Amino acid sequence: MNRSDRFEIDWSSLERYRPLFFWLVPAILVIGLLYTSFYTVQAESQGVVLRFGRYVKTVDPGLRFKMPFGIDHVSHVPVRRQLKQEFGFGTPGATNETQVSTEPEQERSMVTGDLNTATVEWIIQYRVREPQLFLFKVRDPGLTLRDLSESVMRTVVGDRTVDEVITIGRQEIEADALTQLQELVNRYELGLSIDQVQLKNVNPPKKVQPSFNEVNQAQQQREQMINIANGEYNKEVPRARGEAEQKIQAAEGYALKRVNEATGDVSRFNAVLKEYLDAREVTKQRIYIETMSEVIPQLGRKIIIDDKANQILPLLQLSTGSEGNSR
Amino acid sequence: MKRLSVGSAIAVAVVLGFLFLTSTYTVSETDQVIITQFGKPVGDPVQSSGLHFKVPFIQEVTRFEKRILEWDGRPNEMPTKDKTYIVVDTFGRWRIQDAKQYFLRLRDERSAQSRLDDILGSETRNAIAKHELIELIRTTKDRVPVRDETIADAPGNIGVLYPINKGRARIEEEIFTKAASKLADFGIELLDIRFKRINYNESVRQRIYDRMISEREQIAERFRSEGAGEAAKIIGRKEKDLLQIESEAYKEVQQIRGAADAEAANIYATAYNQSEDAVEFYSFIKTMETYQEMLDQNSTMILSTDSDIFKYLKQIDQEP
Repeated sequence: MNRSDRFEIDWSSLERYRPLFFWLVPAILVIGLLYTSFYTVQAESQGVVLRFGRYVKTVDPGLRFKMPFGIDHVSHVPVRRQLKQEFGFGTPGATNETQVSTEPEQERSMVTGDLNTATVEWIIQYRVREPQLFLFKVRDPGLTLRDLSESVMRTVVGDRTVDEVITIGRQEIEADALTQLQELVNRYELGLSIDQVQLKNVNPPKKVQPSFNEVNQAQQQREQMINIANGEYNKEVPRARGEAEQKIQAAEGYALKRVNEATGDVSRFNAVLKEYLDAREVTKQRIYIETMSEVIPQLGRKIIIDDKANQILPLLQLSTGSEGNSR
Repeated sequence: MKRLSVGSAIAVAVVLGFLFLTSTYTVSETDQVIITQFGKPVGDPVQSSGLHFKVPFIQEVTRFEKRILEWDGRPNEMPTKDKTYIVVDTFGRWRIQDAKQYFLRLRDERSAQSRLDDILGSETRNAIAKHELIELIRTTKDRVPVRDETIADAPGNIGVLYPINKGRARIEEEIFTKAASKLADFGIELLDIRFKRINYNESVRQRIYDRMISEREQIAERFRSEGAGEAAKIIGRKEKDLLQIESEAYKEVQQIRGAADAEAANIYATAYNQSEDAVEFYSFIKTMETYQEMLDQNSTMILSTDSDIFKYLKQIDQEP
């Protein structure tokens, strides 16, 4: 009896809430209707509307209306956002789930066209161009893009030598990979457009790196040896050129001197000759006497003998004796 | 009476609603549907998306993907024709083309994936075993590699692409053609199969590294030897240039001096030879000059009074 008492519902007391119930049900319905029929498309996105699963339209950003209660379903696709995928390495904290590689070690190791190996890290940047294709054409487009990108990069690297891959061919590889990847993406109808393929670190394998460095060093050494030799050349040859020039100049000076002196001598001679021709004897005498007057006083000893004296020795002895006495 | 009619109206509505729900189904853009009746497929697969009707209760809906699906092969170690062991990782893309066939033969995607593993795996293995490694690596037959100028004439095979007959793309195509026909029986359309990764296995890799190292060492040695050679050339040129410069200078000096001497001699000769008198006079004054230079305080001179200078020493008037 107690039990039934507890569960006895007093219908008459509920009777006064009746208007409330009357309004509550439609109110919930209206709120549900409003809640499920309005939606916002963010500025960077487009909304793809499906009705009973069938594609109806693609809408631009803003507040939009759709059929309520799950009749219409909207998928948001970030068409204006640039997306990125990294290969061979991973930047932590990526929002895009296919951005970072799961097995970087295997991804970056590649065989080149001369059967060497290189480690290649790269990124691709892309955006969704056609949301409809992106959503409906391929299951897991992000993963498909990763597979394609790896395949394309290996195809391109496989056609190149290790030197091209590591140093001189980088830009060409980027450009080639971009065209090939875009082509494949179009064929797969992924609805993506590839903006950029960018090589990051490209290196020879770790074990081989020291020998690649050695090549660079040897290259430097070669330049250095050549520079040192050139230095020696430049130290000596220009100086020798200068010295040669000096000798030649000196010789030219000598030549000038020689000719000038000759000309001088000759004009002096000519002048004197003229005098001589005018007065032969006198001039000759004068010159003779002038010369003698200069020469004789300078002589250490002068012995004058008469041609009739037939001995000169005693006189000489006298002269030395007197000199010895005076000392 | 009124209460009864409201109650029955609700009951009718519920029944109708239930009927509606069990006799309709939606097909998404990404799906295709097969209707089965007691487990057996009825009619053609439904491809078009949207709202569809079926017989309630007895017909059931089985959904399949309409999109392109992935197949990701496991990395496998296998030998090429030239007995190089490589690790090959392939991927493919496929879709369910004949959903009825697919449903009958495979039922679900799990068994489809395992069938793909079998067929694509063995076709890949066959293709790899029939080709040399380089055929799997390269694609473009006639590509001429850009060569690093600094190692342009390096010895051996550095900077050279090995020649190929078919290339990667053709081999992928061969695998594709063979596998595609086998998979068609399962209602599967193979769209593509590609090598994702081809790498040397661990032991081969060590050999490759050793080869790369020795190649690079060759290049390094070459650079050093080139440097020494170039330096020797420059030193040689230096020596040659020095000798040339010095000897040319000597030659020119001698020529200049010689010419000057000749000219001077000519000037003198012309002047002194102009007449008999000039010759005589020249010899006279030259003798006089020579006396001046020749005689100094160390000389002793014995002069006779017969000499011209002292002739007046004895007497003033001379007999002519």
